[in-house]
Amino acid sequence: MKRQLFIFSLPFFFISCSVDPEIKPIIPVDNVKEIIPQGWPTPFYNFSNNPITPEKFILGRSLFYETMLSSDNTISCGSCHQQFVAFANADHDLSHGVNGLLGLRNSPALQNLNWNTSFMHDGGVNHIEVLPAAPITNPVEMNESIINVVNKLSQSGKYRELFKKAYGDESVDSKKMFKAIAVFMGTMYSYNSKYDKVKRGEDSFTTSEQSGYNIFIQKCASCHKEPLFSDFEFRNNGLMPSTALRDSGRAHITQDLSDLYKFKTPTLRNIEKTAPYMHDGRMTSLNQVLEHYNSGIVSSPTLDPVLQSGSIALSLQEKTDLLAFLRTLTDETFLTDKRFADPN
Amino acid sequence: MSRFNFVAFLFTLLISCKKEDIKPSEPLPPLSLVNDTSGYIVLSFKNVVGNQDMVLSTQNYVNQNLDTFKVDIYKYYVTNIEFKTADGNVYKEMESYHLINQAETASHTFTVNGVPKGNYTSVTFLIGVDRDRNTSGAQTGALDPANGMFWTWSSGYIMSKLEGTSPQSSDLGKKIIYHIAGFSGVNNVLRSPTLTFTTSAIVSKTQHSKININCDVLEWFKAPNLISFSTLNNVATVSPTAKQIADNYVDMFKVTSIENH
Repeated sequence: MKRQLFIFSLPFFFISCSVDPEIKPIIPVDNVKEIIPQGWPTPFYNFSNNPITPEKFILGRSLFYETMLSSDNTISCGSCHQQFVAFANADHDLSHGVNGLLGLRNSPALQNLNWNTSFMHDGGVNHIEVLPAAPITNPVEMNESIINVVNKLSQSGKYRELFKKAYGDESVDSKKMFKAIAVFMGTMYSYNSKYDKVKRGEDSFTTSEQSGYNIFIQKCASCHKEPLFSDFEFRNNGLMPSTALRDSGRAHITQDLSDLYKFKTPTLRNIEKTAPYMHDGRMTSLNQVLEHYNSGIVSSPTLDPVLQSGSIALSLQEKTDLLAFLRTLTDETFLTDKRFADPN
Repeated sequence: MSRFNFVAFLFTLLISCKKEDIKPSEPLPPLSLVNDTSGYIVLSFKNVVGNQDMVLSTQNYVNQNLDTFKVDIYKYYVTNIEFKTADGNVYKEMESYHLINQAETASHTFTVNGVPKGNYTSVTFLIGVDRDRNTSGAQTGALDPANGMFWTWSSGYIMSKLEGTSPQSSDLGKKIIYHIAGFSGVNNVLRSPTLTFTTSAIVSKTQHSKININCDVLEWFKAPNLISFSTLNNVATVSPTAKQIADNYVDMFKVTSIENH
């Protein structure tokens, strides 16, 4: 009799757990705020129309790691944007979508996004709030419609609760969803690398790092502009166009042949961690990247003017020093910040 | 007998719930919006193909180039609405964003509230979404990307969308697809027609006005750029061809009547 009662009550135990899931922020997030490090320019996106709250951050984080954003519920933003490699995709040249489909491009790192004037390698996305809509609806990435995502989230007790906490009522719409993800992604600041500490006078470069920094300023900084390490412009850096991918780059967006094979200058922050490199992930090491600029530049009508000489000459010693400097852009604080980790 | 009655009753319930049977009553604004100084104007859009009413998916039509076609999807934005009186006073609707979708009858008619009393002689609006809302992030309502009128890969709204089929199309599936977009630059497709009324639309404490407007799809393909479905059946980028169609359809709207109630 007792045993029967126990078995009878078991299903209720499970049901009550699934109906009312417990949502607890395990990691404190009350210190999430807008940051503009000393000496940095005014960000392109601020939170004036999207105030940061811990609840919105928690919702945004949950959505970032939510596989319901994909058509077969297998892929989240975090699948291709992993924190330990600055939210790039470790060891993947091209992004992997639903049904094993391959994307056209390498997943870019996500950090200091508020200073970006556009998103994607081709700059097709013009605002951080609509950024997630691109991978969600791309057939070779998450392959889902915005309306389906909203419907799936509306049917989830967990999300109704998270939306209620963030916005006061449990109704789900795409605007609330995108704003919450923008709070999460927009507060991914990387500004505590050794380079930053040196700039703040809290640390100093080794001889090799300093010499690498000097070379960097002389030969790289015109495009990889400090302190964001990108000018956010579109440039053809002399890669041989891939006949397999047939990627026209910026021209795909502007429909302008003078933009053929141009891609956005990527940031170099955390570059040591974000291999493979280039818009299609064709290079596996930074050595290859430096050798490309030293000896691999392919001439074409849209080749960037600063590369017209055909080479950025780098001696072996210069390359060694440059690599030492590039490694000072690694920000372990950011890469291990538990607030940005998958909460599930 | 009683079982038959019950089934009949159920059936009645079912058909009365069918969407097609619900006649959209004229939308009435909250009473507070009709006061001593202002009232409202109802705008009602009817999509037509030449002199025929538009029927999705089943009806064949013929364009200026004598190509046969059917329409499966027809949607467009009407935004930034302004009414003007004979003496030049202008009323601009706040948050003026409306998406007309042929598949949703309720979207064809809407009310513009807070219109100051007066005799209005023209309406001006934008076919599409202004540059500002194309570049300022997440939007809601008519501008929600969930409405399927937003390019996610190249941020910006599809101002107007026509999809269908034509035996003359060179596409393998005989499709015709026109997504007209581009909010800036040389291929900007934003167009802003002004429709002048032959009789004034009167707004007062006791009167409101309903403006009936026809939108003729044939204008998309007629002039100044004659479109042949065999050579142009897919427009899905910001491009000179998208601009050509926008130049064509700028005069697709005609006021058919003004009802002062």
